[in-house]
Amino acid sequence: MAEAPDNTETSALGDISHRRDHGTPQLELRGITKQYPGVLANDNISLAVAPGGVHALLGENGAGKSTLVKIIYGVVKPDAGEILWNGEPTVIQNPAHARRLGIGMVFQHFNLFDTLTVAENISLGMEGAGDLKSLAGRVSEISERYGLPINPHQHVHALSVGERQRVEIVRCLLQNPKLLIMDEPTSVLTPQEVEKLFVTLKRLGSEGCSILYISHKLEEIRELCDDATVLRGGKVVAVCDPRNETPKSLAEMMIGSEIPVIDRAAQASGGRARLEVTKLSLPSDDPFGTTLKEIDLTVRGGEVLGIAGVAGNGQKEFLMALSGEKPVADNDAVKIDGKSCGRIGPAARRALGLAFVPEERLGRGAVPEMSLAKNALLTGYRTGMVRNGLIQFGRIADYASNVRQAYDVKSAGVEAEARSLSGGNLQKFIIGREIGLDPGLLLLAYPTWGVDVGAATTIHRAIMELKKSGTAVLVVSEDLDELFDICDRLAVIAEGRLSSVVNNGEVTIEEIGLWMSGDFDARTGSSGKDAAPHAEAADAH
Amino acid sequence: MRIKLEPRVASSQLMRYGGPVMALAATVIVGGILFAALGKNPVTGIYAFFIAPLTTLFGLGDLLAKATPLVICAIGLSIGFRGNVWNIGAEGQLIVGAVCGGSMALAFYPDDSWYVLPLMVLAGMAGGMAWASIPAFLRNRFNVNEILTSLMLTYVAIELWKYMITGPLLDPGGSSFPQSREFPPGLLFGSIFESARTSVLFAVVVIVIGWLFMTRALQGFKVDVVGQAIQAAQYAGFSQRRVVWLSFLVAGGAAGLAGLIEITGPIKQLPLKFTPGYGFVAIIVAFVGRLHPVGMTIAALLMALMFLGGDELQFSLNLPPAIAGMFQGLLLFFVLASEVLIRFRIKVIRPVRSTAGAVPEGGAGE
Repeated sequence: MAEAPDNTETSALGDISHRRDHGTPQLELRGITKQYPGVLANDNISLAVAPGGVHALLGENGAGKSTLVKIIYGVVKPDAGEILWNGEPTVIQNPAHARRLGIGMVFQHFNLFDTLTVAENISLGMEGAGDLKSLAGRVSEISERYGLPINPHQHVHALSVGERQRVEIVRCLLQNPKLLIMDEPTSVLTPQEVEKLFVTLKRLGSEGCSILYISHKLEEIRELCDDATVLRGGKVVAVCDPRNETPKSLAEMMIGSEIPVIDRAAQASGGRARLEVTKLSLPSDDPFGTTLKEIDLTVRGGEVLGIAGVAGNGQKEFLMALSGEKPVADNDAVKIDGKSCGRIGPAARRALGLAFVPEERLGRGAVPEMSLAKNALLTGYRTGMVRNGLIQFGRIADYASNVRQAYDVKSAGVEAEARSLSGGNLQKFIIGREIGLDPGLLLLAYPTWGVDVGAATTIHRAIMELKKSGTAVLVVSEDLDELFDICDRLAVIAEGRLSSVVNNGEVTIEEIGLWMSGDFDARTGSSGKDAAPHAEAADAH
Repeated sequence: MRIKLEPRVASSQLMRYGGPVMALAATVIVGGILFAALGKNPVTGIYAFFIAPLTTLFGLGDLLAKATPLVICAIGLSIGFRGNVWNIGAEGQLIVGAVCGGSMALAFYPDDSWYVLPLMVLAGMAGGMAWASIPAFLRNRFNVNEILTSLMLTYVAIELWKYMITGPLLDPGGSSFPQSREFPPGLLFGSIFESARTSVLFAVVVIVIGWLFMTRALQGFKVDVVGQAIQAAQYAGFSQRRVVWLSFLVAGGAAGLAGLIEITGPIKQLPLKFTPGYGFVAIIVAFVGRLHPVGMTIAALLMALMFLGGDELQFSLNLPPAIAGMFQGLLLFFVLASEVLIRFRIKVIRPVRSTAGAVPEGGAGE
């Protein structure tokens, strides 16, 4: 274990120490190792973050980024290795200790109470927050100074995801951090919001606050970061200046081999309508859920239609209305292959040719404590796996084993419990299982979220194959690059409404971004020069 | 050095099946300590409780007779428990089954033709199902917690029983002692040996069907999915309501059958009291047997043995009968405790040698 990175990385590490010799790093890790049961999550990791530097931590899922960050934030204790804070060896006891040292962290999933105001939320997690009134004043001051507009008296449930993230950032900034850790911060933002965030982060950097920026979005890292540490399989595989790299070279460091290219197969024109959605409305039964408003949509055989949008704008509700988990009052609002099915449940819709990969893999797409074979039965029981009401165990094992091979699912055989798989591997299994059912209509929620680049390619290829065979594919994703890569047509969902559908290639990423903020009229196309500032002005208040 | 529970990568099969064995061992040890505390020789006590009843043919017959209603009830209940449906009222369903089956016998009295006994069996099962359908309906229609309704209905059933045997079904020819008249001999299950009756065949059938349903049938798989991951069940389109109905009807039918078997044995009438709480003990049987038909069969025999052992202790060591219930409770307690070892393992942590130098806690922050 101990000898691992030295021989291969000497040059890279030597290089960085060159650039670093002008000062003590704000944070330095030396030989951090963490063993979990069955996996060596961090293997002798060393890295240094300069004062005021924006340092990227890059790696695929399962590369060990989260573990490393948890160690820095005091959530997890390393088995070996040492942390130097301002050059001093330091044992970080817990997150409160980390915050006292000046380490702030913005998690990917926010820790906010919907029913409380912004200021109340911030006061909850803060030592010495003082009274709410003066806190609100400080919140306003910080938010103004760093271009993070939030109203401290607003209730959190009324905030957009981007605004919630600002609350989390302001919460950290109130403690005057020396180091801010950001975990995949842009996955919930529109492209316009991403740009604003970067302005803020660069400003912070210029004021001497270091930033450790975790992401797998390579373009962003090249735009924002001064240094990058690339992790793979728990080890540091490269240290580089991302501005001198291409997205391709970064991706290759990340996955350790060349990234394959997928070409979007030509759209089979004139396929028949396999999914027709007409004036689909669905009131939310959760006070903080999203109500769907008069959604119209047609997906034809042989096409991939993508729905973009910021999380929490009705994607979940829309997919449940399509899958049958939340039936709608109007039976004609949803038609699969011409048959009205708005009121019928998921099993009956599957009988019409529907297959569905849900957002949550463990607990919804798969039963955690059941084997992969039994999880194949979960949706495949209609396809010869059951005879006279009795399960054909040989058949389900074969099916699961075929999916495992075709999608390179890493598991201890088909009898392994679903919960023992990593998120990416389980996602591959679920996608493979649904595609293997040979569906006429496939719904995909966030198909490559949390999946490594190689697996994403496998998944995209399978989608293209399916499309060629005449299946209608509906993809819901927050990853605009992915949608532009694989979709024939695109639409945006915002606040429970769906934009008009446009052909891929006839719309820019900026336009989609504006639509994502709910402004469906914004067109920056041919005559769009005047539309854009107007929309931005509307966005600002 | 301290002890820590660490999550296992995969559930331990060894612990899944070894856990109940360890629990039994722990029960014996604690039981032995208890005997010693009561001033009895632990070895004599344990022998009287666990071994002595098995040394006579009479004891073995009684063991089968008592294990039969237990395993039938437990297998019926376990389907619900696997599907996250908590029917605690098998005792009430068993009583109503006995009322209905017994009423059928008395309605034909003194006719004991060949067809009456099958009608009694059907009536017993139908009675248990009807009683069980009340909490099922309330749960599905009004989302009423089935633990409360099924348990409370047990006490209603006990009152119903008292009313029936002191009123409509009271023995017209007897004293006013609260019991029905005796059933004609043709309406009783015959003896195989001692008190083991042919009704034990019902237990065999229930075990086989239960095993097929739980381990082989698609319907059983659907119950498991509903029980383990309700969102996955909704995603796949498996109806929870249907599982609630199925669970209660099967458990009610099984409990009703068990009640009928009890009154068509040596009791041969509807007496003031006829069940030592089979419907409740069956819950213990279900969990000690890990909700698996084979496990539950073993557990039912074990629980039946504890009933006999309790009797034996009264005779030979002069201990109160409550000791049987205490042993049953101990065993359930240890079985539930052992479940944690399926998903976690015990790790002994020795003091960590500090690798990062000796900066005291919080020292750098202030």
